[in-house]
Amino acid sequence: MLRPLATTRSAMGIPTGRLAVWWVLVSEIVIFGGILVSYIMHRLGHASWAEQAAHTNVWIGAFNTFVLLTSSLSAVLAHQAAEQGNGPKAARLLMATIGGGAVFLLVKSFEWTSEITSGFTLQSGGFWSYYYTAAGVHAFHVIAGMVVMGFVAASAMKNQDLHRVENVGIYWHFVDIVWIFLFPLLYIAK
Amino acid sequence: MAHAHAEPHGTPGHGGHHEQTFFQKYIFSTDHKMIAMQYTFTGLAMGMIGAFMAYVFRMQLAFPGSSVPGFGVVSPGEYNALVTNHGSIMIFWVAMPVLIAGFGNFLIPLMCGCDDMVFPRVNRLSYQLFFLSAVVLVASLFVQGGGFAGAWTAYPPLSAVGKYNLTPLGATLWVIAVALEFVAFLLGGINFITTAMNSRAPGMKAFDVPMVVWMIVIASILFMASVGPLIAGAVMLLFDQTLGTGFFNPGRGGDPILWQHLFWFFGHPEVYVVLLPALGIVADVMAVFARKKLFAYRTTVYTIIATGVLSFFVWAHHQFIAGIDPRMANVFTITTVLISIPIAETCFLYIATLYGGSIRLTTPMLWALAFLAEFLIGGVTGIYLGASGADIYFHDTYFVVAHFHYTFFPIAIIAVFAGLTFWFPKMFGRMMNETLGKIHFWGTIIPFNLIFIPLFILGAAGEHRRIFDYSTFPELARPELQALRIIATVSLLVMLAFQFVFLYNFVRSMIAGPRAEKNPWKSNTLEWTTESPPPHGNWVEMPVVYRGPYEYNHPDRAEDYWPQNEKP
Amino acid sequence: MIEGFVRSLSSYSRDIDQLILLVTVLVGFWFVLAEVMFFWLIFHFRAREGVKGQYLTGKEKHVKVWINTPHYFIIACDIVIIVAAIRVWMLIKQTLPPADETVRVVAEQWTWSFQHAGADGAPDTADDIRTTDELRVQVGKTYHFLLESKDVLHSFSVPVFRLKQDAIPGRTITGWFKPTGTGTHDIQCTEICGIGHGVMGARIVIETAEQHAAWVSKNTKLVAAASTTTAADTTAGAPSRAGAN
Repeated sequence: MLRPLATTRSAMGIPTGRLAVWWVLVSEIVIFGGILVSYIMHRLGHASWAEQAAHTNVWIGAFNTFVLLTSSLSAVLAHQAAEQGNGPKAARLLMATIGGGAVFLLVKSFEWTSEITSGFTLQSGGFWSYYYTAAGVHAFHVIAGMVVMGFVAASAMKNQDLHRVENVGIYWHFVDIVWIFLFPLLYIAK
Repeated sequence: MAHAHAEPHGTPGHGGHHEQTFFQKYIFSTDHKMIAMQYTFTGLAMGMIGAFMAYVFRMQLAFPGSSVPGFGVVSPGEYNALVTNHGSIMIFWVAMPVLIAGFGNFLIPLMCGCDDMVFPRVNRLSYQLFFLSAVVLVASLFVQGGGFAGAWTAYPPLSAVGKYNLTPLGATLWVIAVALEFVAFLLGGINFITTAMNSRAPGMKAFDVPMVVWMIVIASILFMASVGPLIAGAVMLLFDQTLGTGFFNPGRGGDPILWQHLFWFFGHPEVYVVLLPALGIVADVMAVFARKKLFAYRTTVYTIIATGVLSFFVWAHHQFIAGIDPRMANVFTITTVLISIPIAETCFLYIATLYGGSIRLTTPMLWALAFLAEFLIGGVTGIYLGASGADIYFHDTYFVVAHFHYTFFPIAIIAVFAGLTFWFPKMFGRMMNETLGKIHFWGTIIPFNLIFIPLFILGAAGEHRRIFDYSTFPELARPELQALRIIATVSLLVMLAFQFVFLYNFVRSMIAGPRAEKNPWKSNTLEWTTESPPPHGNWVEMPVVYRGPYEYNHPDRAEDYWPQNEKP
Repeated sequence: MIEGFVRSLSSYSRDIDQLILLVTVLVGFWFVLAEVMFFWLIFHFRAREGVKGQYLTGKEKHVKVWINTPHYFIIACDIVIIVAAIRVWMLIKQTLPPADETVRVVAEQWTWSFQHAGADGAPDTADDIRTTDELRVQVGKTYHFLLESKDVLHSFSVPVFRLKQDAIPGRTITGWFKPTGTGTHDIQCTEICGIGHGVMGARIVIETAEQHAAWVSKNTKLVAAASTTTAADTTAGAPSRAGAN
């Protein structure tokens, strides 16, 4: 599909793809903001939730944080490679990032399975409803990011559309930052 | 950065125009003009459904218990479903798609002098999601139990618990439809904002862009910055409805008021999301038919931005008596009454554009002027509701209903007719009939007032909302009040009848109206410099811009207009 | 204004009515002015042969003054309205004068239940009088109401008092009123609560001291006489909805 002229212009001096990703992030910040502010206000209002929060595993959470941070690093390196015009190298680094996302999701599925079989389900009370919903919406965004990143990597392998490596990287960093907020709120605050 | 030289043919590498199949051209198009038509026609079709619902419930109110022609006897449950879906449809599936996605998609690339939106495939996807949301909403009306019946505001626990609302399937489908619609508009918004910001014609600075483009862009930004909490809330409500969580259910440790905050934090900016495109259309129509520069263009834009920012701080005026901390109510009264200042300023700036003009009362101009006159009523009656003490009496009465119809009707209907009659020649290459246009105008405006002024009176008399039959309330069952209900209903019937005049005019003109030249209204903006309708890619040679959009009656010129792309 | 349609029967209904009148005067002035200006401009500057439109940017002082001056006056009007509104609001929602009596108001799909103090004058005691869909109060007494809901959101509205308060399940919300005149009037539910929302009306009966005392003693006696084994939770011989006892 041929791109319109509109895509190539840059009256603001910022490439259109990057501008678009930032606008996407604005809307995403408020979505997660809504969930997290609701959670924080209710957590503050219900002392009993702390008791439930004690059952989350801070080590698994920390490991997942490390995994996501590392995957953000490979995304940054992918951007660097793209800037140098090295599409295949960028593609490989993006695949590493996707791999990081996969590890994150795998660990999470083990974590949730263990919690659910211990009796902590979505319906187990206020804390758990927020826990699964917030982390679930986050995980949905991780999956979406992995899918988009796959397409970008496929193009980059052929040295095409290398500017998209940076844009998908920006999105991935955002997903990472959301987790940086979730980790203390869901795991550390006991 | 802008290039000074003209650019070649619109879509680079497009080469010879390949033949498009019916599906490529009309169903799976990525052309912004076709997507605009898809949004507009879908919105108009949904508008007919919403209007039919209003017809049914107003017939029930005027003649309670009678069989409504075309529907039957209205049961209390059906009544609640009708008012719920009327409101939801008109806001989410009529006002938003037509004003933002319809006019936005059609106008932004054309007015900015480019060949399409920046991301045409994302654009197509946004329409497809929107269409899906409309299908889900309509489907919700036909499932077991019927359509959702908890009001468009969907307050839990009523909306969260099937045994309370008795429309559990409808309620879940409603939430899904609304969520899909939100995602569709988030995707669409990316295009509107990015295209207007980045893809302007060479030489086109920020304030060389017509007001309607600014307004749609600011509205898209407002939408993107405000809808998030409600998306979060919708996920939570869906989980409450289907998975047994207790986000909003006190019985399970939740808080119903949380939903209200999440809803109205979005809900209030949302009314400005739909207001702004309407204001934009009115501004551009007024400038053309008053043959005048828009008064204080930059000030107007800054004032609107201020309104947009302020709109994030007024939401709890919908919740004064909801059980929030009474001290909070004072904060929100202050912010709410103060927001009337930039809005009043905007109205004055618009009225000031008329000063010194040479005003032609064409059909589009009549609609644009009617917008101002009627919206003023909506605006001032809002003050009664923003003043917390008075809101104690008026909350949930027909006074609120009349207030918001005096704002929404100008937004979703009057401004839309202004835009449709104005840009019809450009969209379809033909002229509409002026006489029929004027008949339609008066046949809409006069009955409109006769519907809603009685509702103000009924609200003042204490008539509360969402009630299918007032005969069980002795003080509301009085014959003089019932007479007002009948007047409102009959006026609605008259108004609906006159819409057939528009339909006839619209369809007939599209097929057999006189052919339109490029610039029948002698307007300055870029869309009028290309063919009517514009070809794929919009221009053979892309325009370059040398001046602002409102250089009418410039002292240095004999002609009373000066197109933006004309070389100095 | 409102009194033309609905009687004003509480100690604060006049305050609300006066606030509404104030808003009407201030806002009405600007509204009429704006509309008159608007129509006059359309008429005066209608297109005429040989008359060109003027080229005005909006920076011209002689036109700007027409916008800036009203601007400042509107801010002043807004401040007056805000102050007046907050005063009325604080009187009704942020103060709680000492109660002569307390009533429990319980909303549920789709009935109002009221629990009045019995002859002992104390709430939540064995001799309380329970009614459905009829609230009986005495003129001149200051009442606290304790508002609850058993299921969804409802809203307790008494137009003649200009009283309105949403009822939230899981909470008890306290408000107050003081009737200043007698009569029988509508109570409404003003928050959509399901298919029975439209039939969730009730009546308030405001009586003189003698009438109310008579009603209280009559109904309290019924409880005391009727119960030997039954707990205090039996409903008293609930008066019919049509009311008068």
